[in-house]
Amino acid sequence: MAEHPSTLAHQFDDVEQQHEASNLGMWVFLITEIMFFGGVFTLFTVYVSAYPEAFAQGSGHLDLALGTVNTAVLLGSSFTMAMAVRSAQTGRRNGQVVYLLLTMFLGLVFLGIKAVEYLHKFEQHLVPGPNFSFASPLAKNVQLFFSFYFAMTGLHALHMIVGVGILAVLLVQAWRGRYTADYCTPVEVSGLYWHFVDIVWIFLFPFLYLVARHAT
Amino acid sequence: MSTSVGEWRQHYLNAGYSVRSWLLTTDHKRIAILYLASITLFFLLGGVLAGLLRLELLTPHGDLVQAETYNKLFTLHGITMIFFFLIPSIPAVLGNFLVPMMIGARDLAFPRLNLASWYVYVLGGSFTIVAAVTGGVDTGWTFYTPYSSTYANTNVILTALGVFITGFSSILTGLNFIVTIHKMRAPGLTWSRLPLFIWAHYATSLIMVLGTPVLAVTILLVALERGLGIGIFDPVLGGDPVLFQHLFWFYSHPAVYIMILPSMGVVSELIACFSRKRIFGYNVVAFSSLMIAALGFLVWGHHMFVSSQSMYAGMIFSLLSFLVAIPSAIKVFNWTATLYKGSIAYQTPMLYAFGFIGLFTIGGLTGLFLATLAVDVHVHDTYFVVAHFHYIMVGGAIMGYLGGLHFWWPKMTGRMYPEGWARVAAAILFVGFNLTFFPQFILGFLGMPRRYHVYPPEWQILNVLSSAGASILGVGYLLPVIYLLWSLRYGAIAGPNPWGATGLEWQTPSPPPTDNFEKTPVVTEEAYAYSLPEASRG
Repeated sequence: MAEHPSTLAHQFDDVEQQHEASNLGMWVFLITEIMFFGGVFTLFTVYVSAYPEAFAQGSGHLDLALGTVNTAVLLGSSFTMAMAVRSAQTGRRNGQVVYLLLTMFLGLVFLGIKAVEYLHKFEQHLVPGPNFSFASPLAKNVQLFFSFYFAMTGLHALHMIVGVGILAVLLVQAWRGRYTADYCTPVEVSGLYWHFVDIVWIFLFPFLYLVARHAT
Repeated sequence: MSTSVGEWRQHYLNAGYSVRSWLLTTDHKRIAILYLASITLFFLLGGVLAGLLRLELLTPHGDLVQAETYNKLFTLHGITMIFFFLIPSIPAVLGNFLVPMMIGARDLAFPRLNLASWYVYVLGGSFTIVAAVTGGVDTGWTFYTPYSSTYANTNVILTALGVFITGFSSILTGLNFIVTIHKMRAPGLTWSRLPLFIWAHYATSLIMVLGTPVLAVTILLVALERGLGIGIFDPVLGGDPVLFQHLFWFYSHPAVYIMILPSMGVVSELIACFSRKRIFGYNVVAFSSLMIAALGFLVWGHHMFVSSQSMYAGMIFSLLSFLVAIPSAIKVFNWTATLYKGSIAYQTPMLYAFGFIGLFTIGGLTGLFLATLAVDVHVHDTYFVVAHFHYIMVGGAIMGYLGGLHFWWPKMTGRMYPEGWARVAAAILFVGFNLTFFPQFILGFLGMPRRYHVYPPEWQILNVLSSAGASILGVGYLLPVIYLLWSLRYGAIAGPNPWGATGLEWQTPSPPPTDNFEKTPVVTEEAYAYSLPEASRG
């Protein structure tokens, strides 16, 4: 243990072992996340097949344009995140800072657009609860659709907020030049997380905005 | 602690005495001790609640508590014992202590995450305690909707959040074990040389990682439904309460295997050590752990035979549930075969291992009754079910836990427990356990439903037997608490390897130094290489 570099935690024998462990750890964590979201997706699938009509009506009230823009924004942020990881692997400090900033910016744009959508739903009385109103004989089941809409996009947004927080920490470290070609594991595993949250949206968007709309 | 003999030696216990050195430790051994203390408190709480339940059931009338209070008592008993004692018990205490030591590592892969898991556990526990003292919760530990989401007037949200939060501690523990077992084994320690304790924990970790998130999101949705009016299980909106049961049991059936698999791992170690033999059929015993973990995810519907589930689904779930008996029986047969021509020593841990085999077998066989569709319709939600799962969870899981705790106590503390008292306690526990729960099989078969505080007078004799057994059981649990604490100061000094056991953890001094191994060990032989005269190898 004599040549233990400062970035190597005491329990590991060498940098490679630490790198592999961290990566495996993040993959296992992402599997737990898949199971977490999988539970809600399962419920949604059951209900969309039980109430196709009502879910189509509810889905029709989602803003397809904003949803599409947000999909593009998030895909863009995955690209900038991938570039940030690349910059870390090649040890380019300026690249890391710029791409992390861009990724955070796109993440915040996504959250902003999401907030606008939520606001519209609130104004249209589409938020489940006592103030929910929907002119349709299927209003009750439509409320169920919006329960899913808010639960699923809300959980996703929560993951985005955590992600932006992680990026902020990375940004400070990158600014200080902590990440080099020899040590860039935190950027890599955070990148995995960011891509995962992106992929959740890649499933959420068609499920909520597209499939449900044409469920009948 | 190491005062009487030898020169002073640095180990993990004397590495620091301040409160801070414990609360901010990242040493897996110290975190194991933190867990040991906290789960013992929850166990005592759950035990007191069980005592109150049995006291109420001493007479056919509601003498001691009213129905509402009784509901809160059994709910809290279930939640405490399952989420705050049994699930963390062996993995978070013995697993935490032993997984790195058994594979020759200095610590788990993510020590800070390990400490975080304890804090998450304590936070979840606090939520539950607060919920309990500010009015309690009466949904049963199963939180069935729509009662939990719409009708119950008790602290459901707070309790649900407590369970939700503590789930993350078990996710973090499982994640840590998986990565550690994959990436941090000592040179030469191949998968086929791993102790079966490690295999069992690997299988357990898979369930923790795959199952717990599903429970988390389900419980979260119930809390959101109560708190924000998001009506995912609300029948008024067209929501389906039975879907809750599907998702709940998707985790909570495998959760039973989170409780029993680590215990099986412990028993494998005990049987091998105290019969001085290699475990018979090492490969199949290891593989059967994975098989139990995998099958565990396919049988949840057997909790729902009478819940409007399709009959054909019921038949398939019944068949799949029978399959779990195969890997379970493989283990029991292989342990028994290991004993054959072994040089058996009847030390306390071995007594617990014997207790485990007998009680788990009864619990497992009655599980087959319950997996049979027609029989289950008859005994569903009766004391037969209660007796069955207590034979698995108390007779099985806790026997294994106590056996393991005695076995590794000298390693953890450097002191021997008093052997005589420990044997007496093991015997008392065995008698008390059977007296408590065997009458419940009969009660259930006669039709006594669970979760009622009154019952017809003709069932009183069996209930009195059960309550009497519970008091004996209580004594049996208090004894180890007392003599183990006593042994911390007065127990005989244990050498590094008082049992003459194989395994890397026994090659370190007791208690082990903070870094476990001065030099990373190199493994050159299989687990359980006990040297026996050739003739008796069988």
